[in-house]
Amino acid sequence: MSEAVVPAPARAASPPVALRRVAIVPARNEADAVGGVIDEIRAFDPGYEIVVVDDASTDRTGAIAAARGAHVVRLPFNLGIGGAVQTGFKYALEHGFELAVRLDGDGQHDPAQLDRLLEPVLRGEADIAVGSRFAGTASYRPPLARRLGIRLFARVVSLLVRQRVTDTTSGFQALNRRAIVLFAADYPHDYPEVEATVMLFKHRLRLVEVPVTMRERAGGTSSITALRSVYYMVKVLLALFVAIFRRRAVPLDER
Amino acid sequence: MTPLRVSIAAAVAAAVLLLVVFELIRSRRLRERYALLWLLTGVVLLVLALWRDGLNTIAGWFGVTEYPPAILFAIATLFILLVLLHYSTVISRLADQNTLLAQRLALLEAELREKRS
Repeated sequence: MSEAVVPAPARAASPPVALRRVAIVPARNEADAVGGVIDEIRAFDPGYEIVVVDDASTDRTGAIAAARGAHVVRLPFNLGIGGAVQTGFKYALEHGFELAVRLDGDGQHDPAQLDRLLEPVLRGEADIAVGSRFAGTASYRPPLARRLGIRLFARVVSLLVRQRVTDTTSGFQALNRRAIVLFAADYPHDYPEVEATVMLFKHRLRLVEVPVTMRERAGGTSSITALRSVYYMVKVLLALFVAIFRRRAVPLDER
Repeated sequence: MTPLRVSIAAAVAAAVLLLVVFELIRSRRLRERYALLWLLTGVVLLVLALWRDGLNTIAGWFGVTEYPPAILFAIATLFILLVLLHYSTVISRLADQNTLLAQRLALLEAELREKRS
């Protein structure tokens, strides 16, 4: 693959991390894309252990990932993105990783942009950094319906967490141990990032958004259809409303 | 006043419900903890069906004077809603436990596979 050639600055820019680090890649039926994602993560930094959470794919996603040397955690049946990602966080927690990045298995998150994402976390300024398609100079324009949904969530979440958040549906993230501990203990189900942002706030973890650009899907189909997005929108709004009144999943003093 | 035949029919229905629930518990097709609400439903309906003055009095509290058995329906509906809501929480808990088990299984399986190879 052409991406295997790393632009020199990308590696030079990432600080010499000695932390035990893991890349969590949730994937469902991404046989066409997952291999490339793994190669690109290696190219960015070979020090990452890569764990692919295969959400009960019906294609060869798991086999391909294993052949490329990734750790494959295969769910026995489909749990959806939230359950799959949380499996990755549990893996990270139990294997003692101090730093985790999360990239989707469809290849839309470019590992070459990871150093940007990692910066605030490595400097200790954030517990989680989220790649945003809308922050700063990013010029991403999704279809109208999705854009409205994303905007609505961004507004509501920004109000709730008293911090401007522009992309609440981004799964391109870097997390430190604190955030891993929290998400391993409790993570929402579908469209989990929206609710997770509120959870972070309640647990007083620091979130920083970093402008990124995302790519077109390298293969497979998005799990989001029009009717589903309406359903998810209502569901997530309900979840957000309830989340305000919820107790903390991890006691604050446990860190 | 409640027509006698309505009272009899309601009492029989409640008694049948109680018997069916009892039989389901006896044959281990229904766990006691999930049967409790059903038993309570049956008992309350049975009492109100047999205790005709009581039903009239309760109906009076709610301003139902024309046809007291309406209260019987209302209470039965209320209990059915309670049972359904209870089951929704049970299903939610099962779904959560299911997720947890799936994740645990997948993690253990991955570990086992790596130990073997």
